[in-house]
Amino acid sequence: MVNVMDLPEEEFIYPGTRACAGCGMALIYRIALKALGPKTIATVPASCLTVLHGMQGFCSTKISVYHTPFATTGASASGILASLEDKGLADEITVLAFAGDGGTTDIGIQALSGAVERGTNFIYACYDNEAYMNTGVQRSGSTPLGVRTTTTPEGKDVHKKNMPKILEAHGIPYVATANAAYPLDIFEKFKRATDIKGPKYFHILSPCPPGWGYEPKDTMIIGRLANETGFWPLYEVTKGKFELSKPSRRYLEPSKRKPIKEYLSAQKRFKSIDDKTIQIYEEYISNMWKEIRNRLDSQ
Amino acid sequence: MTISEESKPKIDENVMILTGNHAAAHAIRQARVGVVSAYPITPQSPVVEKIAEFISEGKLNARFVKVESEHSAMAVLCAASATGSRVATATSAHGLELMYEMLPWASGNRLPIVLNLATRSLGAPWSVWTDHQDFITIRDVGWIQFMCENNQEVYDTNIQAFKIAEDPRLFLPVVCGYDGYIISHTAQPVKLEKQELIDEFLPPLTHHINLSDISQIKGIDPVTTPHIVKRPEGTAPGYYEYRYSLQKSLENSIDIIKEVHDEFAERFGRSYGNGLLKTIKTDDADIFIFAMGSVASQSRIAINKLRSEGLKAGLISLKLFRPFPAEELRDFFKDKENIIVFDRDIGYGYEGVLSYELKASLYGLKNRPNIKGFIVGLGGRDVRTEHIISGVHKALNDFKKEIFTNKTEFLGLHLDELGDYDESTYFKGG
Repeated sequence: MVNVMDLPEEEFIYPGTRACAGCGMALIYRIALKALGPKTIATVPASCLTVLHGMQGFCSTKISVYHTPFATTGASASGILASLEDKGLADEITVLAFAGDGGTTDIGIQALSGAVERGTNFIYACYDNEAYMNTGVQRSGSTPLGVRTTTTPEGKDVHKKNMPKILEAHGIPYVATANAAYPLDIFEKFKRATDIKGPKYFHILSPCPPGWGYEPKDTMIIGRLANETGFWPLYEVTKGKFELSKPSRRYLEPSKRKPIKEYLSAQKRFKSIDDKTIQIYEEYISNMWKEIRNRLDSQ
Repeated sequence: MTISEESKPKIDENVMILTGNHAAAHAIRQARVGVVSAYPITPQSPVVEKIAEFISEGKLNARFVKVESEHSAMAVLCAASATGSRVATATSAHGLELMYEMLPWASGNRLPIVLNLATRSLGAPWSVWTDHQDFITIRDVGWIQFMCENNQEVYDTNIQAFKIAEDPRLFLPVVCGYDGYIISHTAQPVKLEKQELIDEFLPPLTHHINLSDISQIKGIDPVTTPHIVKRPEGTAPGYYEYRYSLQKSLENSIDIIKEVHDEFAERFGRSYGNGLLKTIKTDDADIFIFAMGSVASQSRIAINKLRSEGLKAGLISLKLFRPFPAEELRDFFKDKENIIVFDRDIGYGYEGVLSYELKASLYGLKNRPNIKGFIVGLGGRDVRTEHIISGVHKALNDFKKEIFTNKTEFLGLHLDELGDYDESTYFKGG
């Protein structure tokens, strides 16, 4: 386990980007780039990360980025890699695709599925702030049950899509979940991913102060609650082997988990949910962990 | 260089019997592309099947990204081109429409991508047969657009297309159109030039952007404001300046297209008019047919028949559709009297696209010619010589009576065979 002193001092994002105060994604991206280093080319679709990357003529990172239309992240990464192979540079340079939850679970799922099915040697990271935040908080396929967005004023009526499971079903060598509130875990996972050939998929929970309705100073607290309540377990599936990540291990034991209500009531987006929905959440979390327990037992 | 008719390939060891699709595939192979990405669609598929075969046989050292959609195919090529590789693809109809979002991305990013389009009509209802509807729908995205009449022209235009696209004064994507089935699946003799001669004509790509050079850190295509941004670190153009530059390059490309065409003609002995349009029997003509692709081919026969009737008919076969060679057309038609346009496409709600674009380009001529447009051959309906001839007669008759209208007339339509056709009720709901 790395500690904070092990993180490279070099920053790959210049200070003063256009990301919001308290942005989970900005932190995730910062740590991921520290792990991957300068020999990386990123491709980014329309998203909050486009905003972070800055305006024409000024690049806010120390790595090159190719901006690409919303639906194309997986294809764009495939194109960069194919060209690097053409030039004999594929072993030297990491191709990183970084997209939001809308760009991944909705409009980009086809291109992503195609890219991983082809065995593309790249890292795809979805930072999941659980709605279309850049366009003003509309619901996405990754928005959780009960969340109020500008297009679900009464709360979303279905659970979020289980994207890591969908990617796992593609039989790819590495799938990991992560959480902005656990940067060392993110760092370690990106480091591990660079040593694996083939498609690597990250699904990273990214708390969003304006979209979720909490104070920017509370991003770490909210992110930790998602883990501590059992709502967002951290794990890795490496060549089919499932492993719970350290920050989540203790929550295999149900009594260790904080009540989901603590997570939900800390955010304005869950304001309209009733007790019945909370009960549905309790069952949802309990079932998710039963599945994890079964998986661990059967390995 | 103005050669009014292309010379036919002479029989020699380099002449192969190839379909239009395979002629395109051979040109892509000889251009030594680095990355190909494509999705199957009729009638284009044999292009990329052949490319896959070349790669598997070691005849082409390229990466073929076999994507799950045409949208992804063009996205792959944009990214691969921006990473510095020479790239190509092929598609048709719905494939091109699915790519549409990526087409202005490619031109806005100034990526020298070459796309072969085996033309096909657009659904609904489903049709796999040719017309030029797919080709004309991309006229406003900033690509150079060629239309070819035969298989040799497909090969020659492809080779030229890479050189034009990659010209450092341009960096623009190019589409080479040719009629589905009529050209794509019909075998003709095609002379393939020696690889060393192609290499001399088409040196390796030197790109203006190259992500693979990681010493140059770039944010490519980020949000670009309406206004110029000035900061201590530098000045960035606004969207408006970028798009102005795209338009100016397209305008300038006309001279470069002629230049590349002439160089090709000089080296290989084959030419296609002036590279923009082909004039056939126009020297003594007073009636001019204006058409492209398969319709122009058919009109070659029609003008001979018209001449045997005593009418001095000539043909302008349009090779370059975008940028539209308006100045050359104005110059050619400035003292001409009668033009009849045959469109295998339609600007729905208006008229045939070649017809209205020609009319617009001749606006302001002192002695404007009479122009009448007809629609022919949508969805693969046969375009017959007698349709062209009847159109010419009808137009001349209208001109005599000074009837000028934008209302379309469809030649070769057989409503009479349907018996109960009624515009208020027919064909609704399929």
